[in-house]
Amino acid sequence: MMDLGPHAGFIWASYGIFAFVLAALVAWLLADGHRLQRSLDDLEARGVTRRSKRGAAAGSTGSDGT
Amino acid sequence: MQTQTLTQKLANPTRFMTLSGTILPWLSAVAGAIIAYAMYLAFFVAPPDYQQGETVKIMFIHVPSAWLAMMGYGLIAASSFGLLVFRHPLADVSAKAAAPIGAAFTLLALVTGSLWGKPMWGTYWVWDARLTSVLILFFLYIGLIALRSSIEEEQLAGKLTAVLGLVGVAILPIIKFSVDWWNTLHQPASVAKLGGPSIHPDILSPLLWSAAGFTLLFFALHLVAMRNEIRRRRLKALTMAEVERAHSGTAAAVAE
Repeated sequence: MMDLGPHAGFIWASYGIFAFVLAALVAWLLADGHRLQRSLDDLEARGVTRRSKRGAAAGSTGSDGT
Repeated sequence: MQTQTLTQKLANPTRFMTLSGTILPWLSAVAGAIIAYAMYLAFFVAPPDYQQGETVKIMFIHVPSAWLAMMGYGLIAASSFGLLVFRHPLADVSAKAAAPIGAAFTLLALVTGSLWGKPMWGTYWVWDARLTSVLILFFLYIGLIALRSSIEEEQLAGKLTAVLGLVGVAILPIIKFSVDWWNTLHQPASVAKLGGPSIHPDILSPLLWSAAGFTLLFFALHLVAMRNEIRRRRLKALTMAEVERAHSGTAAAVAE
C-alpha cells in the first residue's frame, strides 16, 4: 500500500466517498432505466403501442407520440 | 427542402433515443479510459505539493467536482431557456435529467473540500463566501428537484422549474468571483485565471485529465438520465391511453 503521509485517512476518505456516490448514481440510473424499459416492454406485449409504431406497422410513417 | 439544425433533428425523441443509444457506449468507454489514466497520473506520477504534501491528491477529484457542479447548473439554465423561449421538446427532459447529477457533483465538491480543509486549514467548514455560495448551489439543486416533484402536472412543473433554474443561475458568477470579491479562506483561482495557471505542470496535467474524464462521464450520465426520462413519459402516456381505452370500452358495453 502506498504511503500517503500523515493525512492518508483524509485522502482515502475523499476518494472512497467520491467513488461510492458516483457508483450509487450510476447504479440508480441504470436500475431506473431497466425498470422503465421492462414496463414499456410489458405494455407492448399486451398490444399497447405508440401511434408511430402502429403507423409503421400499417405501412405508413409517423412522428413519435411522446 | 429545408435543412434541419442538429437541435431540430434531436427534437424528435425517437431519433434522440437512436442517436444517444449509439453514442453512449463509446462515450462511456472513453470517459472510463481517461479517468483511469488520470487516476494513474494522480497516484503514481504526480509529486506531492511542496506545501500541502500528498493531500494535493484530493484536488484531482475536488476541483473537477466543483467545475461540474457549476457546469451542471449552467446546463439546467440553458435547457430552461430552451424550454421557455424555444419550447424545444427535449429541453425540459434535459433540465430534469441534469438536476440529480449536478446535485451529486455539488455534494462531492462540498465533502471532498471539507476533507481537504481539515488537514490544511484546521477545520472542516468555514462560512466563507466560496464555501457558502457552493452550499447555496446545492440547496438550489435540491429546490429544483423538490419543486418539480411537488407538482403533478408535467408541463406546469417544467415551466415553473425552468423559471427557478434561470433565476438561480445568478449563483454561478457569485461562486466564480467569490474568492476575488471577498476575503476568503478558500484559495483564489489557480487554473482558470489571467496569465495562465499557477500550478506546476506535473500537478496540472492529472487535474486536467481528471476534469476531462469526469466531464465526459457527466455527459454520459446525462444521456442515460434523459433516455430514462423519455421512457418515463412514454410509459405515462401509454398507461393513460390504455386506461382511457378501457373506460371507453366499458362505456360502450354498458350502452349496448
